[in-house]
Amino acid sequence: MALLESRIPPGALADKWRRHKADMRLVNPANKRKYEVVVVGAGLAGASAAASLSELGYAVSCFVFHDSPRRAHSIAAQGGINAAKNYPNDGDSVHRLFNDTVKGGDYRSREANVHRLAEVSGDIIDQCVAQGVPFAREYGGLLANRSFGGAQVSRTFYARGQTGQQLLLGAYSALSRAIGSGGVKLHTQSEMLDLVVVDGHAKGIVARNLLTGEVTRHSADAVVLATGGYGNVFNLSTYARGSNATAIWRAYKRGACFANPCFTQIHPTCIPVTGDYQSKLTLMSESLRNDGRIWVPLRKEDRLKPAASIPEADRDYYLERIYPSFGNLCPRDVASRAAKRVCDEGRGVGETGLGVYLDFSEAIGRLGEAGVRERYGNLFDIYHEITNEDAYRVPMRIFPAVHYTMGGLWVDYNLMSNVPGLFVLGEANFSDHGANRLGASALMQGLADGYFVLPYTISGYLASQKPGSRPPADGPEFMQAEAAVGAVTRRLLSVRGTRPVSYFHKRLGHILWQHCGMARNRAGLEKALQEIPALREEFWAGGLVPGTGDSLNQSLERAVRVADFLELGELMCRDALAREESCGCHFREEHQYPDGECKRDDVNFAHVAAWEYAGEGDVPVRNTEPLTYEAVKMSVRNYK
Amino acid sequence: MTTPKTFNVTVRVWRQVGPGREGRFVEYPARGVNPDMSFLEMLDVLNDELAARGEEPIAFSHDCREGICGTCSLVINGKPHGPNHGVASCQTYMRSFRDGDRIVVEPFRARAFPVIKDLVTDRSAFDTIQQAGGFITARTGSAPEANAAPVPKHVADLAMDAAQCIGCGACVAACKNSSAMLFVASKVSHLGLLPQGQPERDSRVLAMVSTMDGLGFGGCTNQYECSAACPKLISHDFIARLNRDYTKAVFRSAFKPEPAGGGET
Amino acid sequence: MDLVRNLFGSTIGRKLLMAVTGVVLIVFVIGHLVGNLQVFEDPDRINGYSHFLQSLGPALWAARIFLLVCVALHIWAGTVLAIEARRARGAESYAVKKWIQATVASRYMRWTGYVVLAFILYHLAQFTVGVAQPGTFKANLPHYTMKGAYRVLGVEVVRAGTDVLDVRSMVILGFGNRLVAVFYIVAVGLLSLHLLHGADSLFQTLGWRNHRWARGLRVVVTVFCAAYFLGNLAIPGAALLGVLH
Repeated sequence: MALLESRIPPGALADKWRRHKADMRLVNPANKRKYEVVVVGAGLAGASAAASLSELGYAVSCFVFHDSPRRAHSIAAQGGINAAKNYPNDGDSVHRLFNDTVKGGDYRSREANVHRLAEVSGDIIDQCVAQGVPFAREYGGLLANRSFGGAQVSRTFYARGQTGQQLLLGAYSALSRAIGSGGVKLHTQSEMLDLVVVDGHAKGIVARNLLTGEVTRHSADAVVLATGGYGNVFNLSTYARGSNATAIWRAYKRGACFANPCFTQIHPTCIPVTGDYQSKLTLMSESLRNDGRIWVPLRKEDRLKPAASIPEADRDYYLERIYPSFGNLCPRDVASRAAKRVCDEGRGVGETGLGVYLDFSEAIGRLGEAGVRERYGNLFDIYHEITNEDAYRVPMRIFPAVHYTMGGLWVDYNLMSNVPGLFVLGEANFSDHGANRLGASALMQGLADGYFVLPYTISGYLASQKPGSRPPADGPEFMQAEAAVGAVTRRLLSVRGTRPVSYFHKRLGHILWQHCGMARNRAGLEKALQEIPALREEFWAGGLVPGTGDSLNQSLERAVRVADFLELGELMCRDALAREESCGCHFREEHQYPDGECKRDDVNFAHVAAWEYAGEGDVPVRNTEPLTYEAVKMSVRNYK
Repeated sequence: MTTPKTFNVTVRVWRQVGPGREGRFVEYPARGVNPDMSFLEMLDVLNDELAARGEEPIAFSHDCREGICGTCSLVINGKPHGPNHGVASCQTYMRSFRDGDRIVVEPFRARAFPVIKDLVTDRSAFDTIQQAGGFITARTGSAPEANAAPVPKHVADLAMDAAQCIGCGACVAACKNSSAMLFVASKVSHLGLLPQGQPERDSRVLAMVSTMDGLGFGGCTNQYECSAACPKLISHDFIARLNRDYTKAVFRSAFKPEPAGGGET
Repeated sequence: MDLVRNLFGSTIGRKLLMAVTGVVLIVFVIGHLVGNLQVFEDPDRINGYSHFLQSLGPALWAARIFLLVCVALHIWAGTVLAIEARRARGAESYAVKKWIQATVASRYMRWTGYVVLAFILYHLAQFTVGVAQPGTFKANLPHYTMKGAYRVLGVEVVRAGTDVLDVRSMVILGFGNRLVAVFYIVAVGLLSLHLLHGADSLFQTLGWRNHRWARGLRVVVTVFCAAYFLGNLAIPGAALLGVLH
């Protein structure tokens, strides 16, 4: 059994972080350059961490599989970033942001971490503005805010619909400065394929150069993983095609616990799937729900009729009907499940029957077409580009899609996993969003971890390691890890079956979407737990990976990632099956109120499930970390 | 709503096994193309067919597939990112083509962007330019209160117009001189417009331009092919701004007094 | 020196040199044309004007050297930029390449530049040095006696009765050669095309152009180039048509 020590500092909730910073062990400035830190990933969390650690004086190496650190998928975040600045004077505070986030996560996140996140949120905005992030501003030149789901205050800072891009470019510029001055050594097109653990501590990684196939060993005093989420396990998602779980999965197999793997956010407003060739789902910003009305035909016979020909009386504005007080603006998990329900009833629109209307005719009547264009013009353009439909004339069709994973590697208050020396940041860890993430909180967490948490907490660990004590990169553990990586690559290339990797990825995605998606039940999860291992066997026996391992081989890259997804998918189902309750995104059909809402079981499941690898073919161990709430009262979320 | 009619096209693709190797065009039929497919999805399907036939799939760069990461980089029928205005390759849909079309697909061509394989090029030169000065030095933790320095809305908006650059390199690919001026101009303008960017304004533009030149990009001849090919439609007005900033910086740096420097204690 | 290194050593610096020398040369060609249009007036005007310029001596040579330096810098910077651009393009070129919005004038700057250079050389050979068409060169023609005085800004610079070179006859006789006249017309046409891009482009290079007034600038430049072409067309055109005699 892994030891899960949360290391939450003592004291009142609001004092914990301040006291912890004051109590933390420090590293002598002259010694910092003797510590080598490997950072994997250069999204918001990785780039901000690498830049900040280098500014402190540590010797940092940064590994990214992309051709440039600027390509990380943080770049695609649209809406904004939350911060408790209270600029609009509408009563926001650190406590309120903390409270909203814990409630939004359906009481499955760690209270002390969330409070710290809210505390540093304001510093993030200061830091980003100083870097030149061009946030939206009022006419007076001060920063503008807008409101977002799950909050009653306006605390979201934004840069048009490209907030993630601008924040990432800010962190990337800080990282670029550090690279230019020699503080960070950058390894692009280098994919981490194993974690090296020496005497129980994370002491390095093994990476493969994607252009040359060369496998290299890198020794370090600490390893930081900031490799993002694993939503691509579903094949179709709003993630970038390259987003993958390989780094955290290999760390899991080296002993790091994987927490709440089944917590997957499914975003309600995405453009529906059109065909089996599809590679990617595109998000339409949540903001559309401010003015668009969501409906399906009342009768399933009408579902293929042109929307305009269906009279008002034959339409079912189901969100307004079921949730009269929140209506079309209810939280993401609730809206997604409702869409699934009406489609399951056979009332979904479009060819596939997997879609609901998001109708702007009422808004066009109220604001005029120009008014709607001014607010949402770019989104209507994107919609038109993809579907060739004019949403000013016919309603948009939308459907939920996989968007974010709240689960990830288990970390303590210091963001260190149960493997000492292994730190996990951003979406790759599990800590802050519980069972559902609120809009505009992912960017906040990534930057909080990288700029303002890790730079403090890593010194606590490094101070316990003697400078220069890191093991040589040709030690037995390194050689063994390198050999294991080479073996996997060779095995994948040697199968030479008949089915391309995409075939297996699609099938895995289909199984997970069916049984571990918006609604889960015992029978389905048990079925998935039969199907996934069978699919994995089929993959290893009949997969086809063309080309060689000594040059750029995109098929091989994908095969390596899909091989890991085929294992991770099973763990997700196992976790979903073991969690006999419904909470946030995790909806077990057996556990619901008569009106179809989530029924939490705080007596038995107010804990983090942290899965521990037990070896090839063995059932992993489910460890738990109890969640205790001092400052908030656990209650049933009600959006009616 | 009717089922879209599928059609057939021929793609003529640049194939090159590795850096510095001879390349050539190879034609492949793409059958049963759905007009709602993206161009990259058409290549995905073609690649699966190639793999099944025992041939090596076509290597091409892609990632987010929603036009923001800047990874995709195809020249389709002689235009970077394809026939449509203001989109990246990944946002090009097959409905832009007709049955029987012969579509020529090439990598971005520039000495500073060498071909790695097939349609994949090495654009790390952009990172090198960025590392030379494309930043505001603001150590983590040292930032003043965000609202301490107001920025007029139109200035912030203009800075955002420039900051939208996705770093794809289409500007270089479209330019007959392979000039990186639009890329550099967008960064220099974004940071130079903001009050936070003033202390390093001169050193930034001098460093970025000299790095750009050193990497073998050509000069600008004011034809504005770059801004027309830019998936974010970044204006070449920023190139004028870069020219002005550079000129000022050249003269200021030549005549401003150099501090004697006290030495640290 | 940083200043020299940056101006001559960087792409933007060389573009700046092209723009600044371009401005000088545009001012020169405007003045040159306005002076030459005096050919349509009494022979006293153009011949007096020409004599006045010749009489400036060292100042004339200073201006000539300055203009030659500008031409040389313009050509040098353009050549270096073109060589760099070709190198930047790399070994492999596109199999298919479409222009998106570049103007015709901008695409042929190098070629119009070559023709203009050839034209300048011939022009100097014909009218300044007298190597080409020596038979109609001013030094080989009977002198002209000024009927009245030639004044610049009200100051008498050439007295009546002065024996001066007959520039007017040289021009008319020179353009009596149809081939020369046609070459002249084609060349100034291409020079106008060169200016159509150059005069617009220099504002961009100097950093004074933006979309708010780019269209207005375009109109001004187009009108200027058309006027310049028509003005230049007038002299050989009139000589060809026999209007001038």
